Amino acid sequence: MELVLSAAIGVLAASGVWLILRPRTFQVIVGLCLLSYAVNLFIFSTGRVMLGVPPIMPRGGFVDPAAYADPMPQALVLTAIVISFATTALFLVVMIASRGLTGTDHVDGTEKLP
Amino acid sequence: MSVAPEHLIIAPIVVPFLAGALTLIYDERQRRAKLAIGLLSCAVTLLAAIELLARSKGSDLTGGNDIGFYLLGDWSAPYGIVLVVDRLSAMMLVLTGLLALPALIFSAAGTHRQGQHFHAMFQFLLMGLNGAFLTGDLFNLFVFFEVLLAASYGLLLHGGGEAKVRAGLHYIAINLTASLLFLVGVSLVYGVTGTLNMAHLVQLVSGLDDDQRPLFQAGAGIMAVAFLVKAGIWPLSFWLPSTYAAGAAPVAALFAVMTKVGAYVLVRLSFLIFGAHAGASAGFGSQVLLAGGLTTVTFGLLGVLASREMDRVAAFLVMISSGTVIAATGVVTGGGPAGVLSAALFYMLGSTLAVSAIFLLIEPMRRLGGEAELITDEETDDYDDPDDDPRPEMVLAFPGTVTVLSLAFGVTMIASAGLPPLSGFIGKLGMVQGLLDDTGRDRWAWGFITLLFLSGFATLLATMRIGIRTFWGSEAIEPPRILALEFAPILLLVGLLAVLSVKAEVTLGYMVDTTDALLRPTLYAEGVLGAPRAEDAEVPE
Repeated sequence: MELVLSAAIGVLAASGVWLILRPRTFQVIVGLCLLSYAVNLFIFSTGRVMLGVPPIMPRGGFVDPAAYADPMPQALVLTAIVISFATTALFLVVMIASRGLTGTDHVDGTEKLP
Repeated sequence: MSVAPEHLIIAPIVVPFLAGALTLIYDERQRRAKLAIGLLSCAVTLLAAIELLARSKGSDLTGGNDIGFYLLGDWSAPYGIVLVVDRLSAMMLVLTGLLALPALIFSAAGTHRQGQHFHAMFQFLLMGLNGAFLTGDLFNLFVFFEVLLAASYGLLLHGGGEAKVRAGLHYIAINLTASLLFLVGVSLVYGVTGTLNMAHLVQLVSGLDDDQRPLFQAGAGIMAVAFLVKAGIWPLSFWLPSTYAAGAAPVAALFAVMTKVGAYVLVRLSFLIFGAHAGASAGFGSQVLLAGGLTTVTFGLLGVLASREMDRVAAFLVMISSGTVIAATGVVTGGGPAGVLSAALFYMLGSTLAVSAIFLLIEPMRRLGGEAELITDEETDDYDDPDDDPRPEMVLAFPGTVTVLSLAFGVTMIASAGLPPLSGFIGKLGMVQGLLDDTGRDRWAWGFITLLFLSGFATLLATMRIGIRTFWGSEAIEPPRILALEFAPILLLVGLLAVLSVKAEVTLGYMVDTTDALLRPTLYAEGVLGAPRAEDAEVPE
């Protein structure tokens, strides 16, 4: 389980970094999306990987914390997803504006001279 | 007035938030109403910040170091989110308020007419800035960073045009990536310590296991990269000059404080987490901060010399200013004399005000040099209608326009270069004094001192070149039309610089106490964790 999760995070992050360094705006935005998926999974994994355990404890009495998942990273992931979704949408708008104004989808607004 | 005293702490966040939301209700044609709401909100926020500053000084009983707390939702400290106001954050709140008011007044001269929702974004940026200064929680800090960044994206693009969109694309991409790094760092820190409360971290850091410590330090380091991007530290700062140069004048003037958010967080966290109490982690990263700060100053001074345009010079001045503060932080967290940091904080106040004034001066000076047409002539007003009031015709026709403009430029030049008698000199003198005591311990001290002098020299050279070209080499026969709305904020900032220089002893004394408080993070931690809940407090009936 840990191996699959860490491999997934690693592959997503590596692909994201590669795409961010590409010269086309569309590649950059896809790269940012992949990178944010990697980060979200990473935050989720900091609450320790557990299967089939609830994040909410019952009221009162003694509870064994090992039998429950940490709800905090799950809340953090939720916030991070919402924020990165909004900022990505905003970036998309700027990207389209740049395409319209400069006539190219190069990140610098000009094609590199051959 | 029974609720006001303890709820004042959240006012710098709530007031701009409500004001920003309120301006959204108004139509674009009702710009006067929007402006009035914005000005009112800025004034109220500034007053609240000044009151918080006065409170953080405390009385003689508390040793002049009062920390204020605000438990959101009345959850006790490590579980809920806490707002903390101490000397450093109160000072930053006041600085933001002092920059926001002139920038907003300046925008009334034309900028706020160039696009939609200028006032709402301006207020949300203020809310994000104030929130970042006040929060005592790492994840909450991330949220406020995103608020201020989202608003800054909009403000940067305000007015449109190819240059802005091109710079904005780079700026947004860099900041999105930095935010992701911030998240990675925060989650690593949480994974190791199980807390996001800064005060709780202070207590936990010394007791970390040896196998956990590298992971914690890696998390803190990754987080620091995000702040270093914001602070504009070389080599993470290539986005900065084109972004700041592309922004509209009042926007760039307010952006001058945005790099200081990065610097503020670095100062705060390096003392809280890696102070002397941190055991094996004490002083972690201080060498990186010092080296990064020094290379930034070097890069900034080369950039200042290489730039021909005023706006790029100003952007590189921003880098010099934040590089100096970061380097000073590195010196003091590495065990250097505390006087360096208090002088650097004083320098930061002065240089931020000066750079902000320079950004506002660019537009009127262009008109003088005949490089650009009047902004009010070339702007397109999409929302104009017959009911709208005509453009403000408060033209200062007296020939003293050029004189006043050049005097204001001279003052900002002297202040940012660090020549006597203005505040820049006092700050630099304090840093040099502190570093001279430190030359035996730290071999970088001499390099720092040299760079302080060189950067001042380069600033003087570059700004003087522009001043000569603009004021003496101008071929304009008639004095340019400059609105009173543009003069007032510039003179306000120049006046603040003068006040800062005259009242240097008081301000510097405040900074010395601030540094003193920063060097004792355990007091901060005990205060925050022991903050009483409102429910438990005795209600005098």
